[in-house]
Amino acid sequence: MSVKTNIPPATKTFDPARRSFLGSAVAAGIALAPGVFLYGIGTAKQVQARSLDEAASSSVRWGMLIDVNRCDSGCDECVTACNTENGLQGHGRPETDAQWIRKIELRDPASGRQNSLPVMCMHCEDAPCVDVCPTGASFKRPDGIVLVDKHTCIGCRYCISACPYKARSFVHEALHDQKTHAPRGKGTVESCTMCVHRIDDDRQPACVEACNSKGGGAMLFGDLNDPDSEISKRVATYATQQIRADLGLNPGVRYRGL
Amino acid sequence: MTVYSEIDGTSTKFRALAIVLGGVLVAGLVAATYMEHFGHYVTGMSNHIVWGAPHVFAIFLIVAASGALNVASIGTVFGKTMYKPLGRLSGLLALALLIGGLAVLVLDLGRPDRLIVAMTTYNFKSIFAWNIYLYVGFIAVVVVYLWMQMERRMNRYARVAGMVALLWRLILTTGTGSIFGFLVAREAYDSAIMAPLFIAMSFSFGLAAYILVLLAACRGSERELGDVIVQRLGRLLGVFVAVVLYFTVVQHLTNLYAAEHIGVERFILLDGGIYTALFWIVQVAAGGLLPIALLLRSPPSDRSTSSRRVALACALVIVGGFAQIYVIVIGGQAWPLNLFPGMEVRSTFNDGVVASYTPSLPEIALGLGGVALTGLIVLFGLKILRFLPATLANSSLDPKMLHESSH
Repeated sequence: MSVKTNIPPATKTFDPARRSFLGSAVAAGIALAPGVFLYGIGTAKQVQARSLDEAASSSVRWGMLIDVNRCDSGCDECVTACNTENGLQGHGRPETDAQWIRKIELRDPASGRQNSLPVMCMHCEDAPCVDVCPTGASFKRPDGIVLVDKHTCIGCRYCISACPYKARSFVHEALHDQKTHAPRGKGTVESCTMCVHRIDDDRQPACVEACNSKGGGAMLFGDLNDPDSEISKRVATYATQQIRADLGLNPGVRYRGL
Repeated sequence: MTVYSEIDGTSTKFRALAIVLGGVLVAGLVAATYMEHFGHYVTGMSNHIVWGAPHVFAIFLIVAASGALNVASIGTVFGKTMYKPLGRLSGLLALALLIGGLAVLVLDLGRPDRLIVAMTTYNFKSIFAWNIYLYVGFIAVVVVYLWMQMERRMNRYARVAGMVALLWRLILTTGTGSIFGFLVAREAYDSAIMAPLFIAMSFSFGLAAYILVLLAACRGSERELGDVIVQRLGRLLGVFVAVVLYFTVVQHLTNLYAAEHIGVERFILLDGGIYTALFWIVQVAAGGLLPIALLLRSPPSDRSTSSRRVALACALVIVGGFAQIYVIVIGGQAWPLNLFPGMEVRSTFNDGVVASYTPSLPEIALGLGGVALTGLIVLFGLKILRFLPATLANSSLDPKMLHESSH
């Protein structure tokens, strides 16, 4: 399945991301707004994914919907795929080895109900890691993906302390045989990139692909800003949850059946 | 008029102390190089406890730096003339503690080589970024303050400089406390009380460090130090220690009242193993109640016994202070994040599990290296410039203050 970068009509509204888009449009000036306006009045609904020399657009909000009912306790295909894709090799030291995505087993002590679900960077709209980073190395792309600039991260680990989802890892040793599309660095912090290199190449994140091909098909990736995307339709149809919704961070990763 | 003089840099005592401190500093630098070369996996830190013993040392030194300036403030800002001769040493110690703490903090970064990035690239929403300004600015403010105190022609500006320094350090310690206060997801932190608690801690730890340095400097350079000054500073320290205990009580009572925080409070106060022991035995009993008992009762008539009692209390306050910061920084991280309130959780990433941490030798060496750097700056500062009065005998003090003390 290919990812379509649909730019929504200007007349449609979509809550916080829309607001931040408007904010950034004001800040960014007049370059972006007329384009969106033209798309709004134009007839073509579908546009091609952006080219690599084009900046990420805030009209898109990449996100995931994870159906916990379809996530099997014994399955960790998403974790394996992430490790392979991003070259995360363990060193046999579980306390310091990086984990960008992990499976959490839940049990309600009152009812005994059990669930299994993957947890990774939630790509929050109001990301605490971005707020606390002293150098701005932790940043959010306009399309909602939260990343670490490996050139300006000083390794202070404040973002790890600030992340409510325990989604970040610190590189505790020298690395070898890195993937060129997922650069890492000793002494810097890292986390799930939502496979940004794949997204920019019009492909799905590795975990989602693996879940759908080998796992239970629990993970859905797409543009939360596009009302016609599958993820938006499902979020609009079914009750979905955010982890630690009380913090008001508006995570890009949602769950169903939690 | 108070006469100040340098200490003798040729004495055996001076050289021995310089060699010991230099050795510890070199060990700290070797430890930092070792950690930098191999990466942080050689330390006790992990992805679950990302700030370890070096942070405990660094935060202690930085917090104490702010409080070490108390004595100068009391003399120049609040006009207590008896404290004026003590002001220069107060400024020197504040600078030395801050530099020692910052050195540890920077050398524990994952990329200490990128210090220039930290100094040139800012995210002003980050309290860390603010702190870089506050710390560097503090050094500048204290240097100017010292200049105003030490240059006779500039003395008339000392009060203004002192006021700026006082406000600056209140903001600085607010910033340090807010590093923790602003962490919304961590149950042990996330509280506005962190800022005033850290200010109270700074007053207490900084004054304890100051009194010890003053006692050691006067003893080492064979200068007379009257018991009036020592007792007065000691009583002030007793009050500060009580204020820290007060904020600690409020901190935990507030948390205990919220059902969602009972888990973390139970962990720190009841069944947290090392953290519970450090809290009750070292922080509260040895570092709080015992110093108060030593400092606030009437001193013995024998002068050297009374000085020893104050010195013991100061040492206890410092040990208790380290324990307090250890419990806050490391105990607070050891308690797991609560992603799913009310649920039992397990994962490959320590979810729902108390994280374990044992400080490694390189981490402790780096921390002690910062302490040694502080000591060296004070030692050579006293040697090079006139920070220390030639005498602090009771007879050298302002007669009016002496009269007050006798009541």
